[in-house]
Amino acid sequence: MDFPEDLRYTREHEWARKKGSNFVVGITDFAQQQLGDVVYVELPGVGDPVKKGESFGVVESTKAVSELFAPVSGKVVEVNEPLSDAPETVNDDPYEEGWMIVIEPSDPKELESLMDAKAYRAFVEEHE
Amino acid sequence: MPLRTPLYDTHVQAGAKMVEFAGWEMPVQYAGILAEHDTVRRRAGLFDVSHMGEVVFRGPKALEALSRVFTNDLSKTVDGQAQYGCLCRDSGGIVDDVVVYRRAADDLLVCVNAANRQKDHEWLAAHAGGADVKNESDDWAQLALQGPLAAQVLQRLTKVNLSAIRTYRFSSGEVAGVPCIVARTGYTGEDGFELFCPPDRARALWAALVEAGEPEQVAPAGLGARDSLRLEMAYRLYGSDMDDSTTPLEAGLAWVVKLDKGDFVGRAALVKQKEAGLTRKLVGFVLTDPGIARHGYPVLQDGRKVGQVTSGTKSPSLGTSIGLAYVPTALAAEGSTFAVEIRGRAAAARVVKTPFYTRS
Repeated sequence: MDFPEDLRYTREHEWARKKGSNFVVGITDFAQQQLGDVVYVELPGVGDPVKKGESFGVVESTKAVSELFAPVSGKVVEVNEPLSDAPETVNDDPYEEGWMIVIEPSDPKELESLMDAKAYRAFVEEHE
Repeated sequence: MPLRTPLYDTHVQAGAKMVEFAGWEMPVQYAGILAEHDTVRRRAGLFDVSHMGEVVFRGPKALEALSRVFTNDLSKTVDGQAQYGCLCRDSGGIVDDVVVYRRAADDLLVCVNAANRQKDHEWLAAHAGGADVKNESDDWAQLALQGPLAAQVLQRLTKVNLSAIRTYRFSSGEVAGVPCIVARTGYTGEDGFELFCPPDRARALWAALVEAGEPEQVAPAGLGARDSLRLEMAYRLYGSDMDDSTTPLEAGLAWVVKLDKGDFVGRAALVKQKEAGLTRKLVGFVLTDPGIARHGYPVLQDGRKVGQVTSGTKSPSLGTSIGLAYVPTALAAEGSTFAVEIRGRAAAARVVKTPFYTRS
């Protein structure tokens, strides 16, 4: 399982990566493994507000529906549209091509409250 | 504490993801549901279905007694033939859907759903009608080898002439030295076999099948693929698509209800329901809007809830979003449209002919 050092992580298994003054968001390698084959992704539209800890969309595997939770508050400025036709990208490449949305944060300091790679790895190992 | 089949350790060693299903700790997937689904459609997949139960009717009254609690017509079967049908309550509600394996007129094995092992045994024993009714669920393990290459692989392990066993027929004999009932039955829509064997031989049989299937890349398949495969065929799943409060007529199983075969438990209620006309029916639908319908989602017409989704998934073989739902009879005809409520949004759906998937 992969835990890139440059990311921050939530307890709901999303990751956030700084990109300029914005944050790219997706789900972790652990999350995609737990879900199994991802067959559908429902994401917000550009311009939609998101709130830290609240649902911004869903990801569905063959068997189950899982909500996606925003790691930080702000506004959606980009959405990974190709995921609607190729949801399996979330399994194949969760940290790069499988990204989901880009958030323009209302409070960039919120990122500091998220786990770093070491803390997230420990969190996963404890809950596995 | 969930129950475990004799193959539990085998699944864990094979890297299966285990989940609880109907009180059993079962493999939901090994390599992945989509890959396993594809393996079954193109080659062959191996399932552990030992959680299924077996209730046996024996004695001179066996056939007559079972006929009195079974909706299909067992008098039309011969020894060595299997038949699908329902057990109904007096109300017509479905106790279970089962497959009866007629070994002889005085020896019939009823294969029941895992969750209903005890309920069915109690129900059948209460309607024994002079037959000897025994719950043999713990005396059998069951493996299913399903897919177009299943016969080719299985034939390597047995002297039983598989080409002589037609669909829904069965024989008995040794497979890899393990005594089995070898039945050409299944729940996937593909050609294939279900093997009933003694539980203490299940691991040996599983290993032999995996080894024999290496040239064809036969792979183990879990409950996830079993569910998507059966749903593409619109095979009903007890507990999801039907239960004690739905009748076989509503569930679209009129083809296994033989009202003219003589009396059976539930017949009067079903005759009455048929005469009065059904108010709801289970139909197959595709979503024409994005999304995936799931069990329990409301069916809407003009914004009002008029029915309920009972099963739904994105069809791995077809790529479309498919499902089964109870809808008012007026919406049940092919081509009818309604909406499925998905997280507060109304997604358009259209009634289609089933099975969704047809073997090429």
